[in-house]
Amino acid sequence: MSSIDPVTRDLWQVIAATDEITVGVVEATLLLDTRIALTRDSDGSPVVWLRRDEEQGDEIDPASVLDRLPAITGYGYIWTSLGNPPKELFPIPEYAESDRVNMSCGSIGIHVSAPRAVENFLDMGHFPYVHTDILGAEPHTEVKEYDVEVSEERDEVLATKCKFFQPRAALSAIDGMEVEYVYRVPHPFCAVLYKSSPEAPERRDVIAIFLQPMTEERCRAHLLQSMIDSTSTITDLRRFQQTIFGQDKPILENQFPKRLPLDPRSETPIRADKSAIAYRRWLSQKGITYGVIPVAS
Amino acid sequence: MAITLYDFELSGNCYKLRLLMSALKLRYDIVPVDFYPGRQHKADWFLRMNPFGQLPVLKDDDLILSDSGAILAYLARKYDEASLWFPDDPAVTAEILRWHSVADDITATSSAARLALGYGYDFDIAKTQKGAHRIFRLMDEHLWFGEREGRDWLCSPAHPTTADIACFPYVMLSEEGGVGREDYPALRRWTDRVRRIPGFVVMSGIFPAGRAL
Ligand SMILES: [Fe+2]
Repeated sequence: MSSIDPVTRDLWQVIAATDEITVGVVEATLLLDTRIALTRDSDGSPVVWLRRDEEQGDEIDPASVLDRLPAITGYGYIWTSLGNPPKELFPIPEYAESDRVNMSCGSIGIHVSAPRAVENFLDMGHFPYVHTDILGAEPHTEVKEYDVEVSEERDEVLATKCKFFQPRAALSAIDGMEVEYVYRVPHPFCAVLYKSSPEAPERRDVIAIFLQPMTEERCRAHLLQSMIDSTSTITDLRRFQQTIFGQDKPILENQFPKRLPLDPRSETPIRADKSAIAYRRWLSQKGITYGVIPVAS
Repeated sequence: MAITLYDFELSGNCYKLRLLMSALKLRYDIVPVDFYPGRQHKADWFLRMNPFGQLPVLKDDDLILSDSGAILAYLARKYDEASLWFPDDPAVTAEILRWHSVADDITATSSAARLALGYGYDFDIAKTQKGAHRIFRLMDEHLWFGEREGRDWLCSPAHPTTADIACFPYVMLSEEGGVGREDYPALRRWTDRVRRIPGFVVMSGIFPAGRAL
């Protein structure tokens, strides 16, 4: 059993899509090597506790659960914490805009650490090779210069002015276009990307990945889309995102080591590009040790 | 003729039909089914087409078909004018159906392990992985002896049949279920040959031949 660093322990951690949890029925999951049980009470609010002998699918009276972990809902998901979490989740203000289509796109287990999955999400270099003819295509393989900073005020990594030619940037895209991305990493295991919306070029589609660290080498990816799209169905939009994620999955699961090395010299410069370097440094400075290989001191 | 496939992108069983229809150059429409997380395969409208609640379902004009192996046989018999994918010969038919049945066993093991690890299904992971390795060992032997006899495919004809298509997806996706293929070199060479069949298409999680993955 690995030890959980205090920063990770005090974070909110995503554990399930709210819609997938039935009132009064036990769902079992694993978070930070810890067996967790959860359900929802008659108001629909999440109830989360350390799992004992409950089994997945058991019926339970939520009121009978007295020893509870902190629980909160946000962005369509249930979050909990093994420590003392902040009052609120990190903000994604766009989620509240009334004309957006918000949806979960599934919670998918992957055999790699949560930080590896975040880093892959930030990397544009793989688009033409892994998401061929959708998010990239040869010969448009160059990752152009972009800006990265760590916002002191918001305590997050921010990459801006990321431009990439995409044959099919979104389901609503008709032609190939140069798309501008902004990436935020507002939580050590969560990343949010903004990309110009083909339907409303002045606004941006939001796609987020929330990683549930199950062990140091396994996580569950919970996907969120918050789209400007007046024509597609939820099924179509989910399918588009799952197609992309299904392409990433084998690439992610073949990464070695499965924990993310934080020493910038430990991997080739191609893998560790600018945003990856900033993300790794940020994790280091925070003192995150779960799911990473810390820099030898 | 109008063919409609009720399809989930990440389903290997749905992919079998996309693969054969691509090889046969058939045009078809896709109706996406939200298998996960939406569980639409258990919705009333879907159960009216297939009471067993399983993907894929294929509609050809008014005919509604389910079960990927059955649909492969149907498409080949109906649309493959050269009768290569599902030949008439009784002995070959028996061979193909034998491997369609192996394909179902691969679904019950390799695919089940993938569903357990990736999609939260409550299956016995160790047992399904062990079952997949047992099948892969037998396939590897069968293919290794085949190569020595000049047979490249699962069945005896000198060309691929629906047996190869039925067995291919959940062999290729086995690593998602924690089942590696390092110990099955003849099986790996066969997956490379399948990926070079004219009209081959990929699905999410399966890359073209000649790539690292
Ligand atoms: Fe990707």
